[in-house]
Amino acid sequence: MKRSINTKPPRQRLFVNARIIDPSQSLDIQGDVLVSKGKIEALGKSLPRDQLKPFCKIIDCGGAVLAPGLVDARVFIGEPGGEHRETIKSASRAAVSGGVTSLAMMPDTSPVIDDAALVAFIRQTAREKSRVNILPTAALSKGLMGEEMTEFGLLSDAGAVAFTDGSKTVQSAQMMRRALTYAGDFDALIMAATRDATLGGGVMNAGLNATRMGLPGIPREAEIIPLERDMRLVAMTKGRYHASTLSTSDAADVIARAKDRALDVSAGVAIANLALNENDIGSYRTFFRVSPPLRNEDDRLAMVDGIRTGKIDLICSNHNPQDVDTKRLPFAEAADGAVGLESLLAASLRLYHTDDVPLMRILECLSTSPAKRLGLNCGTLAVGAPADMVLFDPDAPWILQEKDLRSRSRNTAFEGARFQGRVLKTIVNGRTVFSREN
Amino acid sequence: MKRSSSPSRSAETDAPAFQMQPFGLRHLLGIEGLSAAEINHLLDRADAMVGISRQVEKKRPTLSGRTLINLFFENSTRTQSSFEIAGKRLGMDVINMAVQTSSVKKGETLLDTAVTLNAMQPDLLVVRHNAAGAAELLSQKMGCSVINAGDGAHEHPTQALLDALTIRRTKGQIEGLTVAICGDIAHSRVARSNIHLLNTLGARVRVVAPSTLLPGQIEDLGVTAYRRMEDGLPGCDVVMMLRLQSERMSGAFVPSPREYYRYFGLNAERVALAKPDAIVMHPGPMNRGVEIASTIADGVQSVIAEQVEMGVAVRMAVMEALQMPQPASPDETGAA
Repeated sequence: MKRSINTKPPRQRLFVNARIIDPSQSLDIQGDVLVSKGKIEALGKSLPRDQLKPFCKIIDCGGAVLAPGLVDARVFIGEPGGEHRETIKSASRAAVSGGVTSLAMMPDTSPVIDDAALVAFIRQTAREKSRVNILPTAALSKGLMGEEMTEFGLLSDAGAVAFTDGSKTVQSAQMMRRALTYAGDFDALIMAATRDATLGGGVMNAGLNATRMGLPGIPREAEIIPLERDMRLVAMTKGRYHASTLSTSDAADVIARAKDRALDVSAGVAIANLALNENDIGSYRTFFRVSPPLRNEDDRLAMVDGIRTGKIDLICSNHNPQDVDTKRLPFAEAADGAVGLESLLAASLRLYHTDDVPLMRILECLSTSPAKRLGLNCGTLAVGAPADMVLFDPDAPWILQEKDLRSRSRNTAFEGARFQGRVLKTIVNGRTVFSREN
Repeated sequence: MKRSSSPSRSAETDAPAFQMQPFGLRHLLGIEGLSAAEINHLLDRADAMVGISRQVEKKRPTLSGRTLINLFFENSTRTQSSFEIAGKRLGMDVINMAVQTSSVKKGETLLDTAVTLNAMQPDLLVVRHNAAGAAELLSQKMGCSVINAGDGAHEHPTQALLDALTIRRTKGQIEGLTVAICGDIAHSRVARSNIHLLNTLGARVRVVAPSTLLPGQIEDLGVTAYRRMEDGLPGCDVVMMLRLQSERMSGAFVPSPREYYRYFGLNAERVALAKPDAIVMHPGPMNRGVEIASTIADGVQSVIAEQVEMGVAVRMAVMEALQMPQPASPDETGAA
């Protein structure tokens, strides 16, 4: 039996010669970060070294970017029930190499995480097996059936960071209304997928490509209609609502209008919908079958615009490991989903390299913003915050190869992709949990 | 009109077979992406095959000793028989895989089946599957040529080729003709393959269907869409009817068979809207009295039986083209 991993924070570490970018303080400076007992103790231009403890290790960052570790608001893990796809341990391994230091785990497991004991199980397993913070979300409805509410109070107390039916959209307006109302009593966040089950019953974006390929399409309205419904319900109940993954320009506008009306809403976008479009599906490549589906280029650009302008708040990996038995099938029979933890930062940096979104804003959408929305104290380099950081070279070129993936599943939509920007070190609680060789 | 049984090659293909450009493809997965030259190559070779089936001795053993596997995940007696006869007339050993009763029912995946079949070293695999892209997926795993005999609502290339051969032999050419494809366009692989083929060869293509059976942005494929037979049929040289699956007539896409027949069934009055010498086609099997009246299906303008005959010739030509890129000269094979 292997010992559980060492999570005791080192007493003191000084990271020098870094380009420190902290979106939470709009900070972009060359300087040093001092970490003590797992917390940020000081940061600034050339910190004095005369008061360092003798055992303090000094880490030269070589001018690379040091930023808050990534906070991924939407990650599917197979444990419990689908350990052949991904375990908490393998997800942690993938996360650290992608610079992700905290992740919200979706409740779509077997059994479904809809009970306080299961939340406790996830947290316990994560403590033993994971080097990153794994934050369980709990099911909104029992068994994800969309009919009866789960125990929001008990689940919150057990450590659930949000309530969501994961990949399922709550079909009943009444159910959603009650959930939003009751969640308000516990100040709980509702995260929702927005894809109408009947209208969105297809397998790829509706349009010419679907017509040509003979595949049933998912019209854009399948996302817009449930989202608009939910905005009405949020206005009615004053609940806290996060739309997990948008894919269409109209949906981004719906969220923007709701924010104008001061509703407590936010929205995320999956990296696939920012970096890819439906043409990438090519000849029925199932690794590009994701939910929400890859849309056309206009919608992709609208998502990029949403990130830049703040209509959309955060970027998530929508990491969804699938095995050959669910992916090596004809397109219409394959499962949705692609792994994304390891490519989240690099794929997001594409928007920086194309001059579409400033680096500060990208990092905000990957760390500060999701942390704030999930009510976490990370996602910042403010003094006193947990020293969860990522060190990356924003310009280093590399090619993603499936064989290098650390996730237990290989269904990446970025096989062979050329990236610019690579994670060098990942630091959780002051401890370096990942360090890239060479 | 060249309807009479002429075993010789049709008028516009006056170059002798041995001067043809070799056929460059390994698989026939769809019509989309084929050039006009490639389509004409197949049609020319098929035209030369028609005579063989009309002889008493129906063998042209150019592929003797090779193995053809018919892998049908959907029931289709007609198409499967057509491929089987085509393969046997070329001298191949033909195996029909009864998939409904085989291990696929036991949870074996399509690709496991492919690996198993591949180990038996076939030379040709004909596959029909209810999922779009299945033939393409199989072709990536098979060491042999794959012919798509229909994959979901995607493509059915040999059907489009046999339709084109029927049209060409009847009308002399395809370029410049107006063809109306009528019925369930949304779920039809026959429609998609025909749209690509007819457009590539320069025909004007119309589709006629209720809006619920027209897929999104269909006009971007290069067709004109009509919602009434009365609007779509006038001036047509070819009226191509499609089968409407009965489960789609019970409220999901159209309310009832009788309403469908009332507005989209092909009857004598509607045929009269097309050109006087228009031909009527149907890929079969027909729902008589739903999409087509019996008098029309059996009438003088119907070429439905010829379509079936051309099907064998086209499938022989496709199999031979995939196995022998350069056609054999007529004296080597004794054909035509």
